[in-house]
Amino acid sequence: MSLLDVEGLSIAYSGERAVKDLSFSLARNESVGLVGESGSGKTQTALALLGLLPGNANVSGSVKLGGIEVLGAKRAQLDSLRARRVAMVFQDPALALNPYVRVGQQLQRILIQHKLARGAQAKARVIDMLGRVGLPDAERQYRAYPHQLSGGMRQRAMIASALIAEPELLIADEPTTALDVTVQAQILELLEELRQDTALLLITHDLGVVAGHCERMLVLERGQLIEGGVTRDVFAKPQHDHTRQLIAAAPRLDCPDIPAPVAGEVVFAINAASVSYEERGRGVLRAVREVDLAVRPGETIAVVGESGSGKSSLVRAALGLIPMQAGQVSLCGETLSGLAQSRSMAVRRGVQLVFQDPVGSLNPQMRVRDIVAEPLVVHEPDLMQSERLERVAAILEEVGLDASYLERFPHELSGGQAQRVAIARALILKPKVLVCDEAVAALDGTVRKQILGVLRQAQEDSGLAIIFITHDLSVVRAISQRVLVMYMGAVVELADNAALFNRTRHPYTRALLDAVPVPDPQNAGGRASLVGEVPSVLTPPKGCAFHPRCRHAQEQCTQEMPRLRELDGTAVRCFRADEI
Amino acid sequence: MSVVTRLWARLRSSRAVVVSGGVLAAIVLVAIVGPLISPHDYLQTDFNRILSAPAMANMQVFGTDDLGRDLFVRTMRGAQITILVAVVASVVSLLIGVLYGMVAGYVGGRVDAVMMRFVDTLYALPFIFFVILLMVVFERSLLLIFIAIGAVNWLDMARIVRGQTLSLREQEFVQAARLTGVSPARIIFRHIAPNLLGVVIAYVTLTIPQAILLESFLSFLGLGVQEPQTSLGALVDAGVNQMEGASWMLLIPAALLALILMCFNFLGDALRDVFDSRRFR
Repeated sequence: MSLLDVEGLSIAYSGERAVKDLSFSLARNESVGLVGESGSGKTQTALALLGLLPGNANVSGSVKLGGIEVLGAKRAQLDSLRARRVAMVFQDPALALNPYVRVGQQLQRILIQHKLARGAQAKARVIDMLGRVGLPDAERQYRAYPHQLSGGMRQRAMIASALIAEPELLIADEPTTALDVTVQAQILELLEELRQDTALLLITHDLGVVAGHCERMLVLERGQLIEGGVTRDVFAKPQHDHTRQLIAAAPRLDCPDIPAPVAGEVVFAINAASVSYEERGRGVLRAVREVDLAVRPGETIAVVGESGSGKSSLVRAALGLIPMQAGQVSLCGETLSGLAQSRSMAVRRGVQLVFQDPVGSLNPQMRVRDIVAEPLVVHEPDLMQSERLERVAAILEEVGLDASYLERFPHELSGGQAQRVAIARALILKPKVLVCDEAVAALDGTVRKQILGVLRQAQEDSGLAIIFITHDLSVVRAISQRVLVMYMGAVVELADNAALFNRTRHPYTRALLDAVPVPDPQNAGGRASLVGEVPSVLTPPKGCAFHPRCRHAQEQCTQEMPRLRELDGTAVRCFRADEI
Repeated sequence: MSVVTRLWARLRSSRAVVVSGGVLAAIVLVAIVGPLISPHDYLQTDFNRILSAPAMANMQVFGTDDLGRDLFVRTMRGAQITILVAVVASVVSLLIGVLYGMVAGYVGGRVDAVMMRFVDTLYALPFIFFVILLMVVFERSLLLIFIAIGAVNWLDMARIVRGQTLSLREQEFVQAARLTGVSPARIIFRHIAPNLLGVVIAYVTLTIPQAILLESFLSFLGLGVQEPQTSLGALVDAGVNQMEGASWMLLIPAALLALILMCFNFLGDALRDVFDSRRFR
């Protein structure tokens, strides 16, 4: 008998159907991936399995867990099912743990609630569990509050709380989306390792994750199951068009056509930029340390690093949104001074920014036409109303939106459309440099591909220089000529696209590459070759900042910071770059 | 759909908004139309009919007061004044508070610190003492009451608007505008102000009952509206003196005052629910 049987599950909200007639089953110990783009009904399905749907949801069909019907079950019955038979790991561990209760207490309550253990025995079991999920010094973490743990550690604690009552089914809803790629690899490996007798339903938008960690996969599109089967077969011979699209749009590192290098005069340069923040009572946080960056017309330079690497601080300072403690920024050879407010209009016109969150970067109370026209109103106030509208319509068409979008409000746009509007706003002044801060990170695979296409087209048309900040190496592979890798505020490697991927110099870059999940079940990548997480930038390690996590570290690395040096056209900050 | 139509649709879908709004509208209508229809005038005394109980005869449904004036017309007149004072004082506090709060929040830094310390200082003034001082120094008038109530009410508004502006200022669409070179004034009026709308409307509906209470309180103490002009607070004050013989003089204005306050409070709460949700974009 299968562990989980879903029959004809439909979920609707005031007439709108989120999930339509979904049927599937899960055997004991099986790991199944539930894949789909945002809005495909993945999370709704997961909530239904746990009986967690909100009251206004209209549910029909049947969900049987070990023979017990979950839909319409009584509160007491659900309580006995949850944690004991089915448990869930949520996307954001910061929200899923109670901030006022010590981590150990939260886990212990589960044991006590289900009468699995009490007192000293319960405590011992919790500490054992915390140790098994890889929390160093489990005794201490038992007494820690959630905010005292880092993101990766919190997710480990969350997994511990899901597994402590030894459920038969573990549902993980995008468990690694909020985490850095190296930490993601660690967490996924941990899940794999620990689940033993537990079946896993892994919900994700990332086909690479499914390829590496699931035996079977189910593909959802707009609430409907369109394809299901053994992961390897689905990847080898996808039956449905949408599945084929998803696989084609999935990020890969072996992208065949990488952009060719460009030559020419530097249009925008950052020299020896340093940014630091005063943290009251905790000292000075050096977010960016003497970083150089130069970009030519028609070139895209990618800035890569985990969270806390200083990549966002670097460009924000260069744009004049935050103060820079040392260094210089120049546009077309002219040195720019200070903050954005004090820069000349010509300069502000020449450099534009596209943000990560497409919806948050558009004023919710303005129509698309006004949003896109605003830069024109400011920079070309003499323009006639009709001319302005023409320019707005033209630029919108360039980014792939027709005139019907002019009158819309941001909440009437999808994520991809909103990002197109943001790009149109940035491009309408024909800037020389465009900075994209994680501009595609919040988008689904297929949409991401389209947006990257829009950017590349704009670049071909106008010789735009792009600085592209991202944590996603597959995006880097697809769009950039050169790549700058940052770790804890400093450049560790600056290389041409081809060189970076084919002849990786720095061990940190290597680890980042290893950790990227690849949508290929034969060779799925996503390996966790890095231990631990990025240390606090407030108290950086002595010597090479990377040495505590580096496999190749030796005596010298713990004592002095290596210089950035040149090796076959690649700049790298490592003593052992030529040996490894 | 434009902002206004969306707003309207959401307001209409809330039953609390429709009911309390409807009752308020009815009260305002009667308060304006009632005195026009009634054969009596709020100033006209009739010594043959002192303290007569409510009766249909002679169209004196609320009875008369101790000077023989028609209580219905006086109550409606009082309601007019009370609502007028409250609305004008709230609008004044809205204008001052929103502008002050937006500037403090957007400019930030030292300007913000100085502006907000000024607000803190005003908060520390004992209100009644302040009003008595005003009354002693200047001639008593309706204008003075507007000023007294407005001076207190705008402080809350300024604090709330400043807080909202601080978080809006960090939003990416504001950063994008700053980066492009949009002037601070244009950012404040085009990007920040429209996004404050919901919070401000909801909050104003809650400051109106506060202002009504303040006005009634002042009038009850004899510091507010002066005879022969009247307000609900003044009527309640007069009613208290006749409580034993002519309870209607106390009960009728007090009940109307309570009803108005209740409606505004319901309306404010409902509006806050409508606007405060994150779903409102």
